[in-house]
Amino acid sequence: MAIREIDTARITRIVKQLCIEATTVLNPDVLEAYAQGLSQEVSPQGKEIFKQLAENARIAREESISLCQDAGMAVVFIELGQDVHFAGADLAESINEGVRQGYAEGFLRPSTLDPISRENYGDNTPAIIHLEMAPGDKVKIHVLPKGFGGENMSRVVLFHPGAGLEGVREFVINRVREAGANPCPPVIVGVGIGGNFEKCALIAKKSLLRPVGQSHPDPVVARLEQEFLRGINNTGIGPQGLGGRITALAVHIETYPTHIGSLPVAVNLQCHSHRCKSAVL
Amino acid sequence: MDAPVTIRTPLSEHLVMQLKMGDRVLLNGTIFTARDAAHKRLIDLIQQGKELPFDLRGSIIYYVGPAPPKPGMAVGSAGPTSSYRMDPYTPPLLDRGLKGMIGKGQRGPEVIHSMEKNKAVYFAATGGAGALLSKAIKASQTIAYEDLGPEAIRMLTVVDLPVIVVNDCRGNDLYAQGRKQFEITG
Repeated sequence: MAIREIDTARITRIVKQLCIEATTVLNPDVLEAYAQGLSQEVSPQGKEIFKQLAENARIAREESISLCQDAGMAVVFIELGQDVHFAGADLAESINEGVRQGYAEGFLRPSTLDPISRENYGDNTPAIIHLEMAPGDKVKIHVLPKGFGGENMSRVVLFHPGAGLEGVREFVINRVREAGANPCPPVIVGVGIGGNFEKCALIAKKSLLRPVGQSHPDPVVARLEQEFLRGINNTGIGPQGLGGRITALAVHIETYPTHIGSLPVAVNLQCHSHRCKSAVL
Repeated sequence: MDAPVTIRTPLSEHLVMQLKMGDRVLLNGTIFTARDAAHKRLIDLIQQGKELPFDLRGSIIYYVGPAPPKPGMAVGSAGPTSSYRMDPYTPPLLDRGLKGMIGKGQRGPEVIHSMEKNKAVYFAATGGAGALLSKAIKASQTIAYEDLGPEAIRMLTVVDLPVIVVNDCRGNDLYAQGRKQFEITG
């Protein structure tokens, strides 16, 4: 198999473009989820919120301004074909340079800072980079600028196996209930079941890369997604927590094999401003 | 749903008393921005007995760190951040005349109690609708803590900023009430 060479300057250009697009233009699946939410919501105030979200999306797209002041930390997933060789600058630095340029040129808020001194870096770097090997000679890049209203409300728990799926269900629904209005409902609920401490958190986040509302391919998992969604929407929290029937637009579950002694579960809450763009090179 | 009521800053006690949980409000006048870091500094000044960078009496604080403005704009995207993080700092500000706060999400019992005691109100703006909300902000001036970047204290001039009364000064809470109304049990 021949090795394909890719100049990392291209990575910088694409990451920059994806940062700007993701933070200003919502994907059609998100807008469709708003439209469905508007038609299903029974609370007048909840309906009003859905109209505001659609209007907000229109303004952001037409004027190319940030959908939300919190343009998040840039979470970048790289699916790296094993027949690719990168030429040029260091890959991580090339990604961070793309984030730096994208956030500056897109008038996006710099939110990253030193965790000890709390001094803002001013350029929203570094990105959170997840690198995964894949067969072939392509590179797939997903940019998910993730706000911290939802991130702060996310949790990981390592149950013992006796907790069972009922324990998982209760944990997920209670997480959304306790989070209330903070993660900016209507939310998308990313759930990771299995793996270990860090893996369940990672797959919960990765589940957010799916188009909103696309079911898991395994019908057993897809049924759990529907069941959890029903339970969450029965909480009454509603759009912006002001009361209503649409608290979540979707539940996405990813699973991974785990250990005989454990049942890890992660809930990664994503706000309604679900910003995600991808490219393949 | 009732039509929104238009109000103007500063907030008098009389005006606060008229606002009820669930009222939709269009806010006009001058408001101040502050997030976690600025709140911490305000509390430090109070503890040292020093003067604050703006007069709290009758004022409204908006929990927001706006995005940078594009040319021709007063601010970039400017929606509310989660309010609970400001809870520990809030009662001393209410004791000194703060009359309104704009944010998103539930306040703690100490804050709700202090709002009742001091006759103040908590408004929610739509979280994640920062582009829409920025349209109501006509001017912005940094008045303190420029070194905090997006967390600096700004004075904003707003015209018809759409907010909703979550906690009025009688201890009512729209988050609790709304949830109860739409919850499906069993």
